Amino acid sequence: MSSDFLDRDCVPLPSNVAAYCFVADAHHWASAAVALGKAGASLLALWGSDDRDHDRCLRVRATYLLPDRVVLVEHAMPAEGAVYPSLTPCFPVAERLQRAVYDLLGIRAEGGDTRPWLRHGGWPPNVFPLRRDVSAAQTYPLVSAPYPFVSVVGDGVHEVAVGPVHAGVIEPGRFHVSVVGEKVLRLEERLGYTHKGVAKRFEGLAQHDGHRLAARVSGDSTVAFGWAYCAALESLTDTIPSARAAALRALALERERIANHLGDLGALGNDAGFAFGLTQFSGLKEQLLRHNAEVFGQRYLFDLVVPGGVARDLSIQAIATLLGEITEFERAVHELRAIYANHEGLQDRFLGAGRLTPDQARRLGAVGLAARASGIARDLRVDQPREPYDRLEPVLAVRLEGDVAARVQVRFDETLESLRLCKLLLETLPLGVLSIELPAAPAGRLALGVVEGWRGPVMVALETGPQGSIRRCHPHDPSWQNWPLIEVAILGNIVPDFPLINKSFNLSYSGHDG
Amino acid sequence: MIHILSRIRRTGCLSEPLPTPDPSESEPTAIQHQLHAVFGRALCIRHVDAGSCNGCELEIHALSNPYYNLEGAGIRFVASPRHADLLLVTGPVSVNMEEALKRTYEAMPEPKWVLAVGDCGACGGIYGANYATRGPISEVIPVHAVVNGCPPSPLAILRGLLHVTRHLAL
Repeated sequence: MSSDFLDRDCVPLPSNVAAYCFVADAHHWASAAVALGKAGASLLALWGSDDRDHDRCLRVRATYLLPDRVVLVEHAMPAEGAVYPSLTPCFPVAERLQRAVYDLLGIRAEGGDTRPWLRHGGWPPNVFPLRRDVSAAQTYPLVSAPYPFVSVVGDGVHEVAVGPVHAGVIEPGRFHVSVVGEKVLRLEERLGYTHKGVAKRFEGLAQHDGHRLAARVSGDSTVAFGWAYCAALESLTDTIPSARAAALRALALERERIANHLGDLGALGNDAGFAFGLTQFSGLKEQLLRHNAEVFGQRYLFDLVVPGGVARDLSIQAIATLLGEITEFERAVHELRAIYANHEGLQDRFLGAGRLTPDQARRLGAVGLAARASGIARDLRVDQPREPYDRLEPVLAVRLEGDVAARVQVRFDETLESLRLCKLLLETLPLGVLSIELPAAPAGRLALGVVEGWRGPVMVALETGPQGSIRRCHPHDPSWQNWPLIEVAILGNIVPDFPLINKSFNLSYSGHDG
Repeated sequence: MIHILSRIRRTGCLSEPLPTPDPSESEPTAIQHQLHAVFGRALCIRHVDAGSCNGCELEIHALSNPYYNLEGAGIRFVASPRHADLLLVTGPVSVNMEEALKRTYEAMPEPKWVLAVGDCGACGGIYGANYATRGPISEVIPVHAVVNGCPPSPLAILRGLLHVTRHLAL
């Protein structure tokens, strides 16, 4: 199958980006993946749904990201013995996603790893909680079982196991590191500890309330998720938020990016023994958060993005405050960047550590910031600029080295670029209403919202039910794609560099676990 | 080096005085003295994310920035529950974290206190209880005090910590 089907058999899908849907049988499900892989697509998300009440079928859906569009491939299968062809031959990143789909819905991908991923014993193996006949209130006693980590044997090999509770203020996850001497031979991650049943919870919420849950899929990306959810809902109701609301959303998204990058730049300095960096950058981040609280009433901008627009406006005085902050931040970031660049001890730790080559990044399907640090020049704000990005002309940050130093440089570049974008947005803030009331979305429709969050592309797939209800909502965090990268980037590095390398990716556990 | 020193000089001292536990009380230094009297200048905290969205973690991190300067108040995060006086827990408790949370609590020496941080930890928040979560922290381990907010500000968390040390630990 060539990629001609992209033009021939796809129908447009409601979305804030160019999106198309392709309904496939098992054969075409697999061949579409091959064709899309050849066309240079990356796998954006994979999820399942229970539609037995409609057509006695279970469904899997995969979205693929091409530079100019998103393609959704959908495959329905009868509920009894539901099996579909695995996508891992073309997209290795599909493996954990497929295991998660099985844990939640009992739809199995043919071949490959069958160990549970999200199910750690919190519900029985024959219960698939996302099926519609499982009540949302049903709970089960925990029956924990050991997880069969892959063991590495040989002379002098030993294992270092950490987690799920870490020494520090970090989200929970487990890492098994097989080591010879001080070098890492293999790393195996186990995630899913913060799985909260978000998808099931969505089904109990009204469409006009869902953005609040979306905003809490991963707290550090609250604006991106909130926006993606609202964009999906708005595209189903043909609502176009005002130019002012769009600009304020972009301002919030860029401030979220700056806050996270500043935090990471400080933490990376600290992990390399340069406490000065942490003090300086965490101080700047705190200033930004306080300004957020002052002008938006929320330090992290939770629930600022609402269906139809935004919840708070900016006064003239607030605009002046934020513009003043930008001038100060630009100066500080340039100064600190020069200090980082000229600090030999710091650069000695950054350069060459945790390298992910452009070839590895492409093969593994890396996305977002980590991909851009490994030569993959993709950024939705640049590739598919939508209002207001179409008039801002954002500049993409990309590096080829793929090491910790490259991820630091991409953060510096993006911070400065986001400061420029914020300045432009504030100086040219259009007039317009803050939010528009949404008409009820028709039942039985599917829409996508895709937003370039600070970590990478965030997606929300929203399926509507009758009377303003949510039939199914699937939020996807780019951490799914990028967690497996660390298993590769760490190889051959020394164990004490693991925290630094892990931090240089800074992936979300909650966003991944759902 | 000169650039680093110059930057440090220009940044100055950003640390702010400790907040009072509630508006009717004053004398932050008195609280600090009480804290020191009880814990010998070292309230040791172990943090467990029992399933949060990581919003609360961002604010707990913020406590260590130069503005709040938690360590300056004699409060620090430690690497093992066996070294901790207080357990700071966030999130609705996911079933996948239930066992780890219980074990962490059990590993702490007596006397020990638990502070639940955030709306989810206090009451289950927007997630509630379902097949994957148990809801509030108090469903799984004893909780002595809660800090509400989604997420609570660093100042609110700091007040919660001071409340525990003043009213419970004395």
